Amino acid sequence: MIKRIVLYIGNPAHSGTLKKLSYVALGLTVAADFLVQREHAMYIWDKIPGWGALYGFVSCVVIVLVSKFIGHKCGVMRGEDYYND
Amino acid sequence: MTDWFHPSVFYIFGAALIPFLRGKVRNAYLMLIPLLGVASVFAMSSGTFWSWDFLGTVLTFGAVDKLSIVFGWVFTIMSFIGIVYALHVNDQGQHVAAFLYVGGALGVTFAGDYLTLFVFWELMAFASAYLVFARREPAAIRAGYRYLLVHTFGGVCLLGGIILHYLSTKSMVVGPLDHDGSLAFYMMLVGVMINAAVPPLHAWLTDAYPEGTVTGSVFMSAFTTKTAVYVLVRIFPGTELLVYLGTIMALYGVVYAVLENDCRRLLAYHIISQVGYMVAGVGIGTEMSLNGSVSHAFAHILYKGLLFMGAGAVIEMTGRRKLTELGGLYRTMPITLVLYMIGGFAISAFPLFSGFVTKSMVIAGASHDHRPLVALFLTMASAGTFLHTGLKLPYYMFFGKDSGLEAKEPPLNMLIAMGMAAFMCIGIGVLPGPLYNLLPYPVHFNAYTGDHVTSALGILLFTGLGFFMLLKKLDPEPTISIDTDWVYRKGSRVFMWLANKPLAVGDTYVGNVYDTWFTRFTLFFSGFLARVVDVKGIDGAVNGVAHFFIGLAGMLRVTASGLVRNYAATMLIGVVVILGCYLFASLMSL
Repeated sequence: MIKRIVLYIGNPAHSGTLKKLSYVALGLTVAADFLVQREHAMYIWDKIPGWGALYGFVSCVVIVLVSKFIGHKCGVMRGEDYYND
Repeated sequence: MTDWFHPSVFYIFGAALIPFLRGKVRNAYLMLIPLLGVASVFAMSSGTFWSWDFLGTVLTFGAVDKLSIVFGWVFTIMSFIGIVYALHVNDQGQHVAAFLYVGGALGVTFAGDYLTLFVFWELMAFASAYLVFARREPAAIRAGYRYLLVHTFGGVCLLGGIILHYLSTKSMVVGPLDHDGSLAFYMMLVGVMINAAVPPLHAWLTDAYPEGTVTGSVFMSAFTTKTAVYVLVRIFPGTELLVYLGTIMALYGVVYAVLENDCRRLLAYHIISQVGYMVAGVGIGTEMSLNGSVSHAFAHILYKGLLFMGAGAVIEMTGRRKLTELGGLYRTMPITLVLYMIGGFAISAFPLFSGFVTKSMVIAGASHDHRPLVALFLTMASAGTFLHTGLKLPYYMFFGKDSGLEAKEPPLNMLIAMGMAAFMCIGIGVLPGPLYNLLPYPVHFNAYTGDHVTSALGILLFTGLGFFMLLKKLDPEPTISIDTDWVYRKGSRVFMWLANKPLAVGDTYVGNVYDTWFTRFTLFFSGFLARVVDVKGIDGAVNGVAHFFIGLAGMLRVTASGLVRNYAATMLIGVVVILGCYLFASLMSL
């Protein structure tokens, strides 16, 4: 059972279906965010529907780009034999 | 004695018997000890036990309250899972070291005075170092030595702080320290921060954990940093500095995880990130945030153990550890993948998994304490957590391009251990009540509100969207990243170069100057002393005195003529002179 699901997900032939399912999940998440009650909101952004989705996406892009910039441009990433010890 | 039994006794003294056992008996024994540990924590209630006078101070081995019990629970449970994962290992030394390590962690947890705490603290450092050495490869042995040196330094800082604290307060009782800015406070803080892997004192962790044995690193991921979190909660609640350092930690680990290629080092950077939440929670210091830190430590030990077990299973079965050399394992290791993913969902704080009910408590603690930026940055870090542990690592390890590796599922004991940890991760996520009841303060927090669930899902799923859009950029690269361990790994070379080159040259130069100037001047001066002062001065004085007495003796010899009248005349003159002097003195005194 577990094995079948994993094999299904891993099979490149099903990537189109999985993609569609993912888009549905993304859409549903945002839609649900419009429907829930927000009596616990502490800050202004907590009151904006879809804030989580936006912040998650922006965070992801910022983290990847900033990290790669630091890694490549600031000399953090080095060859594997850098320490050579 | 019967009220309470120290769980460390099982681990530390129980470890002594391991080398004499073999086969099934040994395996049963290995599982029995953690079960006795769990039982002793189960039987515990608050109080002070096992106190003895020692050289004028009171040693307390059993300071038991809600805070120490909750850590006692998770340490003993994790030791059981970890030892089941390691049952197939025949290196007895590793089992002994693991049990001493757990015994040390529990000893710190229940220590009521700083001396006891320090002794167990050092036991942990040395026992855990063996788990790195035990891989017996040159890289591991070097990393082990660095690990040991850093922890020895941290231990010395802690001990120095303890001594200064004792000198100023005359108290060894473990408890919250005054924020008086004293040297004692900061030395103890630095000592504990090293074990909590707070940047810039964190590099030992990402240096050593990926070099440990497959089963040893599972123990390491659980105990050292979380014991330090326990001590932070116990001694440093409300230390403002920790709020900032914790927030930086949470993001720091995430940034480095983007760059990392070694699978266990990537996970190690996420330990730093996750411990950042706990450190920030301790810094905020409210009841809610301290509850958050403690519960997050509890959940973290289980899901991080699970993640290290999953990555370890892949290393064990393939012999590879770099993401660039792995890929396509979903076909041959599907169960490992699913169990790993449960850990991945738990650390990413998906609803219904353990991280969701604990991490959000720390973030809510920051919000309720009116720290919007801290809350925002911690939320950003949790997007990064899912990005790497939940997406990047499994994608490149189990999917991605097929590496053509012929692997199979790991031994049953490893799968069972992973299954137990996965069960706990889901169990805590679905039913947080029992964990919340264990926490040191009453919990007024419900993670499962509608808006919290949808916004958490939004953050995570749209992180996933970002991941697949940036997939090309995220391909792992065969590199290593420079971190603060550069200071002592390259710095030691700078020191050696300094010693060999400039210092050696300087030494020769100083030697020449010494020879040329000092020696020559000294020789000239001593020559002057020999020729002039000695001959003319000292010899002259000695000879002069001798000559004077020879002359005097010659004159005296002339007076000794042997004629009585001469002697009588001399005596008469003497009497006249004495009387004259007497008369003169008497007349003067009138």
